[in-house]
Amino acid sequence: MAKVVVVTSGKGGVGKTTSTAALGAALAQEGANVVVVDFDVGLRNLDLVMGAERRVVFDLINVVQGDAKLPQALIRDKRVETLSLLPASQTRDKDALTQEGVKNVMAQLREKFDWVICDSPAGIEKGAVMAMRHADIAIVVTNPEVSSVRDSDRIIGLLDSKTEKAENGARIDKHLLLTRFDPARAARGEMLKTDDVLEILSIPLLGIIPESEEVLRASNLGSPVTLLSPTSAPARAYADAAKRLRGEQLEVVVPLERKGFIGRLFGRKVA
Amino acid sequence: MNNLLSFFRRNKSAPVARERLQVLLAHERAMTGRSDLLATLQDEILAVIAKHFTIDREKVQIKLDRGESVSTLEIDVEVPSMAGAKVA
Repeated sequence: MAKVVVVTSGKGGVGKTTSTAALGAALAQEGANVVVVDFDVGLRNLDLVMGAERRVVFDLINVVQGDAKLPQALIRDKRVETLSLLPASQTRDKDALTQEGVKNVMAQLREKFDWVICDSPAGIEKGAVMAMRHADIAIVVTNPEVSSVRDSDRIIGLLDSKTEKAENGARIDKHLLLTRFDPARAARGEMLKTDDVLEILSIPLLGIIPESEEVLRASNLGSPVTLLSPTSAPARAYADAAKRLRGEQLEVVVPLERKGFIGRLFGRKVA
Repeated sequence: MNNLLSFFRRNKSAPVARERLQVLLAHERAMTGRSDLLATLQDEILAVIAKHFTIDREKVQIKLDRGESVSTLEIDVEVPSMAGAKVA
C-alpha cells in the first residue's frame, strides 16, 4: 500500500528539499516506486535540486486544474528508473491549489507509486497545510538551533490538527530528522544536543544528517546526495533514515566524513 | 573510474551551478507573462492532429529540454492504427 510522506519544518532553509530528494532517491534505489512532489508553488526548487529544471513542461497546478494529465507532468529521473518528480508551478500562486484538486491528485499518485514524498513550503500557511493534508507520515526537519526547534513544535501542532488523519481521529506518524548537525560542536556544548531536541519535541528520531560540504556540491550539480556520493557521511545517514522509514530497526549513529567502512566503524553513537 | 573522475572534479561544482542557474533564469525571465505558452502550443498542435485522427489525450507525451542556445520540444502522440481499429 502506498505511503504518503510530508517533509515539513515550519522554518525555511533547514533542508526540506535536500532531504526530500535524498530520501526519495534512497527509497527508489532500493527498488520502490517513488515520486517526489514539490508543493512550494511559486518558489519551486525541487526540480533544481533533482537536476530536472530543464525538463519541466507541466506541473502540479496544471494537473490540479485539469490542464494536463498526471503522466504528462511526471518527470522520470534519468539516473534511477523508479524515481519521478512532480514539479510545482513557478508562475502561479498557492491559491491555485484547491483542496479537491489536491485530494484527487494524491489519490492518483497513491495508485501509481509505493511512496509519495511531498516537499512542503516553509511557513504555516495554506501551502504547508496542503502539503501535509493527506500524509500518513510526517518528517519534521529540524536544525539543532532554537528557532528551528520552536517552529518544528508549531508544525507538530498543525500535523495533529490540520491533517486528514487528525480530523478523522487517527494519529499521523511523526518523525524527527535532525539536519546540519555538527557532532564536534554538539560535543563541545556549542550546539543543542540530539537528546535535548528529542526531549523538547518528543517525537521519534528518524535520523541525524551531519553538516557536510557534499550537500552543497550535490545541489550545485543537481543530484540527490544519495546518488551523487553514496559513500559520503550525509548520504549514508539519509540511506539509513530511508531504511528506518521502511520499518527497519537501525541504531541511529552519525556517520563521520571518512569514506567507506572505516567511517562506519567510527560512527558515533548518539541516541 | 567514475569515482576517480569525480575526485578530480571535486572542487568544480560551483561553475556547474552557475551555468545551470544562468540557463534556467534566462528562460524563467523570458517566460514572465506568458506562462501558458507550452499549454497553448500543445492544445494547438493536438487540435491540428485531431482533425485527422481520433487521439487519446492520455497517450500524448511531451518532453522538453531547455538548453542555453537551443531548446527541444518533443511531442509524442500515439496514433491508433486505422486497420486495427476496424478489425477490433
